[in-house]
Parts: sequence; structure tokens; C-alpha cells
Amino acid sequence: MGAARGRLRRERQQMYKITYKKSLNSDVTLMRVHAPSVAAKAQPGQFVILRADQNGERIPLTIADYDPRSGDVTVIFQTVGETTYKLSLKNEGDDIQDFAGPLGNPTHTEGLSRVAIVAGGVGCAIALPVAKKLHAQGAQVHAIAGFRSKDLVILQDEFKANSSEFILMTDDGSAGEKGMVTDALKRLLDEGQTYDEVLTIGPLIMMKFVCGLTRGYGVRTVASMNPIMIDGTGMCGGCRLTVDGKTRFACVEGPEFDGHKIDFDEAIMRAGSYREFETKRRESCKLPGWRQTKA
Amino acid sequence: MKNMSPLSNPMPLLDAERRRSVFDEVALGYTEQQAIDEARRCLGCKNMPCVSACPVGIRIPEFIALIADGKFEQAYDVIAQSSSLPAICGRVCPQETQCESKCVRGAKGQPVAIGNLERFVADRHSSSAARAAEPNGHKVAVVGSGPAGLACAGELAGRGYEVSIFEALHAPGGVLEYGIPEFRLPKAIVRREIEQLKEIGVRIQTDSIVGRTETIDDLLQEYEAVFIGSGAGLPNFMGIPGENSKGVYSANEFLTRINLMKAYLPDSDTPVVRPSRAVVVGGGNVAMDAARCAVRLGAQEVSIVYRRSETELPARREEVRHAREEGVLLRTLCNPVRINAAADGSVQSVDCVKMTLAEPDSSGRRRPVKVEGSEFSIECDCVIIAIGTSPNPLIRSTTDGLQTSPKGGIITDERGRTSRPGVYAGGDAVTGAATVILAMGAGKTAAQTIDEDIRNKTGML
Repeated sequence: MGAARGRLRRERQQMYKITYKKSLNSDVTLMRVHAPSVAAKAQPGQFVILRADQNGERIPLTIADYDPRSGDVTVIFQTVGETTYKLSLKNEGDDIQDFAGPLGNPTHTEGLSRVAIVAGGVGCAIALPVAKKLHAQGAQVHAIAGFRSKDLVILQDEFKANSSEFILMTDDGSAGEKGMVTDALKRLLDEGQTYDEVLTIGPLIMMKFVCGLTRGYGVRTVASMNPIMIDGTGMCGGCRLTVDGKTRFACVEGPEFDGHKIDFDEAIMRAGSYREFETKRRESCKLPGWRQTKA
Repeated sequence: MKNMSPLSNPMPLLDAERRRSVFDEVALGYTEQQAIDEARRCLGCKNMPCVSACPVGIRIPEFIALIADGKFEQAYDVIAQSSSLPAICGRVCPQETQCESKCVRGAKGQPVAIGNLERFVADRHSSSAARAAEPNGHKVAVVGSGPAGLACAGELAGRGYEVSIFEALHAPGGVLEYGIPEFRLPKAIVRREIEQLKEIGVRIQTDSIVGRTETIDDLLQEYEAVFIGSGAGLPNFMGIPGENSKGVYSANEFLTRINLMKAYLPDSDTPVVRPSRAVVVGGGNVAMDAARCAVRLGAQEVSIVYRRSETELPARREEVRHAREEGVLLRTLCNPVRINAAADGSVQSVDCVKMTLAEPDSSGRRRPVKVEGSEFSIECDCVIIAIGTSPNPLIRSTTDGLQTSPKGGIITDERGRTSRPGVYAGGDAVTGAATVILAMGAGKTAAQTIDEDIRNKTGML
């Protein structure tokens, strides 16, 4: 009761301070942001909406970690667009204009005892808190993490510490095994491993193939979607996708859905809605080090 | 001294051709002379039919008489006793179905332009230091900073309550900020009204999503009462093929990108499709706003597709007229059945059918039915769906014991009380999408109820 009262008062400040920043690889940055009211309520699978500065776009970022005691929320992001680029230039002690959340429904973990987590790229950052929670509640966690190459590998030790089996895959074989995450998952399934659920988080195309694979094995699969959003509270419908033939809003009804029922082709098409705008701005701003999105 | 002209003073407008490329306000406002001349048209009816049709009961003949005498500040004071947002209501109220519909002058000619006069008085009013009321030591939380929340907060602060508003977005104002465009309601006016509330002690916490960041129960631990004015919610879609193609927006998304995120300005990071041919589906004010925004983004052709006839258009008449002046095509008795996209998923055209009106339905409006074999196609690169909203689930799904209707709207009594003691609600969250003034009226009524209930409970005088 007292805590709630103090929290409401403390957060009269309208900016959100970066308390820690670390570069995980050339593209991916970890940031801890002081946002006590978000930290107090956050659960694995939820996200925040942030604006880097006054003219900033509102973008969703999934929560990678949170500490209700310190009031810090960790986000891990890949520099793919203007907002993440602006964000990557900020340092410890700088402020983020807006940082609202936690949004979306938490990952359902109750009653799960055997889970495979299949993550790709920066999606691993989102998968980690789920792995932690499942591991802590005594579930068998098999984690498969995929990256393009050795230089881009993140959170390897953290995944090892929070899983009973960890398989690292790279496209070029420069770290772990060479191949796709689906190769590793297929092997586990063919070996006779059974799962209550497969959870997949990462690029749309990867999730599409993971869901395609598990459908054949009849394993329930949940995919965490990260579509374009504005408000994040259900107001705009920009994040809509088709699940089981019905239009659903990822922000209030998701972000996780039954992967066997998601229309991934439509989601991939919609994700490219502003590619032209982004390219134009990138060219006109001549932002150094701002790279093309990697699928 | 009365002005017996059957015609009202026309509102001076920005030139229609110029309007097509700028977001500047369209209606320019009366001059002093025009306002006095218009005020003299009011007969000062003793039974005040206009007041009975005002959702917040502004003493209309009284403030108009003061304008006729050139006492503009006093006229403002009269309005301010009933309405906390006169500069906004003067601009966006559907006066033709409210106060002006009951004006005696309307029987033989045009009614007194009450809305234009309200706006004149509010715009002229210099925001002289608003006085904060003597604090009464009681605290109330308000969820949402749209018209309902602002009206509720203003009323309570005026009675000495310590009021905190919790707003989900980064800027306060709700639909006034994200929904109604700059050319109809300049954001400087919204900001001014909000600043005045802050001056009398109202605090606004942005980035705070009640139902997520805080729950209603969290708020009840610190506040004696909570008012929910969280607004309309999730945009409806038609459920027709192709609706998720690239370039298809809900009106909420299109307008939010433009109004809240300022996507029409070059230094905004937020993108929006700049259509060359746009189709807007729906016939309300939101549809008009979206169509007129599309014009301003450079579209060569903007059509409004509405399934009933022009008589049934729910939009304010003025908005329809302004939209037409700006080149918007009204395609009435017409309904989309399919959206067609190119191979890359971008919208190419909308297939529609012609409609005809049958007997009235439950809403009292004549029911539109499809004309067989009337299918035709409109080429376009942008489709905006403005067919209403459904209640947002965030608060009802996180608040035990809060009764909602089968459709999901919060149920209240006529005084704004919900099924949870200490929790009140009003505006679109209760009624579904309606008007700014109805939401304000509900916010104000709930504030009066909160005041009564807290007085009864605490024995406060």
C-alpha cells in the first residue's frame, strides 16, 4: 500500500534516465532504464512503448529484464530504424523521453514442465526472461538460439545458466553448429523429445518455419509477435494480424498467439509497410552506422 | 436594437483552395463586430429552449446578452460556470442537433450561431490567473485526459479536490489531441485549456496506462474515488477480404499518426502513407476528419463511402460542407465488399456495391440493403476505415467487480456510479463512441456525484 503511494509520487518526473548501457555486439545494445512503475508490474513476455525524444516515433520494445527494487527495466534492441539508432547514441545518465508499460499479456508459463524455446537474433533477449522464469519454476528448458555469425551471438552464458540443454546455431558455422534453428529443433523432435510447448521469438520468417515444422509434429507452439505499433493500448489497430482467420490486436490480445494459426505471410507483408519511408529518411539524414534491417 | 435578419453571420473561413495544402484552422472566428451583430439576433426567450438542449446546461441567453452589450469577459464567466472547455466546445459541438436546433429564430430562418459566439468569447478571454480553490483535503484519480476526464477534473478541482489525471499516451487531451485534426481544433487551444486546469492544481501523469501500469485497485489505495474516462477503445474493422493490406488504416491509426505524432511535419519520425487516391469508409465526424487530412497530405482524389444516404450522415453539417469545399467526393448509398491489393500487398482498389434504403431499423434509421448486381470498383492507394470503435478491454479485464455490458462498455447509473464503490465512469468508455460534449457532460455529472458521495461519507460540509 505504502509502496504504491510512494511510486505514484516518485514518478512525477516525465523523463526516464538510462542507468546502464552496454553494447552486446555491433548492432545490439542493452540498456537499463529507470522506470519504477514499469519495473513494479513487469512480467516476462511484456513490452514497453518508448519515444527517444520530442519528435520521436512510438516504438514497442520487449522487456528483457526488470528489478522492482531498483526500479530499472532492461531493454535489448537492434539498431534497425531511426528510433533505435537515436536510442543507441544515448548514454548512461541521458534521458529517454517516454517509456510506458508494461504492455501486452505476460507469457503463459503455468503448468509447463517441458518447453523448447527457439529464438533468433535479438529475439533471444526477449526469450531470456521466459527461460529464466520456466527454469526457476523447475521446468525442463531446451533453448535453441540462432544468429548469423559468431560476432552477433548474445546472451550465450545467460541461456546456458537457465536451460537444461542449450544449442547455439549460426548461419555460417562460425560459432556453435552450422545451420538453422529449425535444424536443431527437428533433431530434438526426431530424437523423441516431447514438449508441452514450443515458444518461438525472433524474425518473422524464422518463426514461420519453426511453426511449420512443429505443426507436422503436433506440438503446441506459441509465437511472440512484434508488429508495427503506435499507442500500444488497443486504440489504433496498426498492430493487427490474422490469427485463425480473425483480426487480432497484438498489443492488447497478444503479443503471443498460437503459432499454428498465425497468418505469417500477411504479417511479413505488413511489417514492410514503411520500408520506403525508412530508406528515404536514412538517405536524407545520412546517419552513420545505421544499417539496413536484417530479416 | 434586435437584429431581425433571418440569416446568421457566416463564420469567416480560410480559402478552400488554400485549405487543401495546409493544416491551419479552417474557421477563423468572428470579429467583435460580427459577434455583437450576431448576439443581437437572440430574442432572450424566457423559457430558454436552447439551454434545455445543451448537455452541460450553459445559460446561453445570458452570455449572449452580455456579448450584445460588449461585456465579453462577463460572458466568459457565465459560460465558465457550466463548461470547463468552451474554446473546444464552440468548435466541435454538434450545435445543429443541440442548442441551435431549439433556437426560436430557427423557425423562420437560421438559428442564432450559438457555437460561433461561444467560441468568440472563449478565444477572446485572456487566461487571467485562474484561482485554485481552497483545498478540502480529499484526493480523486481521473483515468484518461480526454473530454470526460478533463471536465471531471476541472469540476472537482474547482471544489477543492486534489486531482491527479492518469494518461496512457505521452501527451494529454485524449481524442482532442490524437483524433480531432489541427485544422478543426488547433492543439494550442487544447494545450491552453489543459494549462488552465494545471493552474488550478490538477496534476497530469502521462505514460501511465491504467489497467497495466496501475490498476484501478492500486489507485483506490491512494485516492478516495476514481473516475474512468478512458474513451472509446478499439477500432472496428469491416471484416471484408483484403482489410489488412498495406495502406489500409483504421481512422484512429491514420489520425493518430497525423495529429498526435505530427507525421505531416517534415521533422517527425513517424511515417504515414501519403495517398494519391484515398477511400474513407464511414459517415461520421471521424470519417470527415480522415478525408480532409488525406486531402491535406496531397491526395488528388478522396472519396467518402457511406452506406446510407446523405440525410443519415452522422457528421456535423459544417464538416460535410467543409469537406465538400475541399474537394472530398461523397459516395453515399455505397458499401465496400472487398479490398484488392497488388502482389506486394499494397492496396489497389476497393470493390463496392450500391445500397438502397429499406424500412427503419432498431436505431430508427432506414436500413441499407444491397442492390444486386451493382458492384463497382474505386481505384485507390489508401483505405481508411472509420466505422466506430468497441470498448477497450484493459480496465474491465483487470478490475474485479466492475460490471460491463455484453458489448464491453462500463455500466453506470445516471449519476456516473459503477458497480464498484468509489469507482465512477463516463464518456465513450460507458456509451461507446459519442461526442466531446456528451463526454464532458458525463464527466461533470460524475464529478458532482463524487463530491456528494465523499461529503456524505465523511460528513464534510
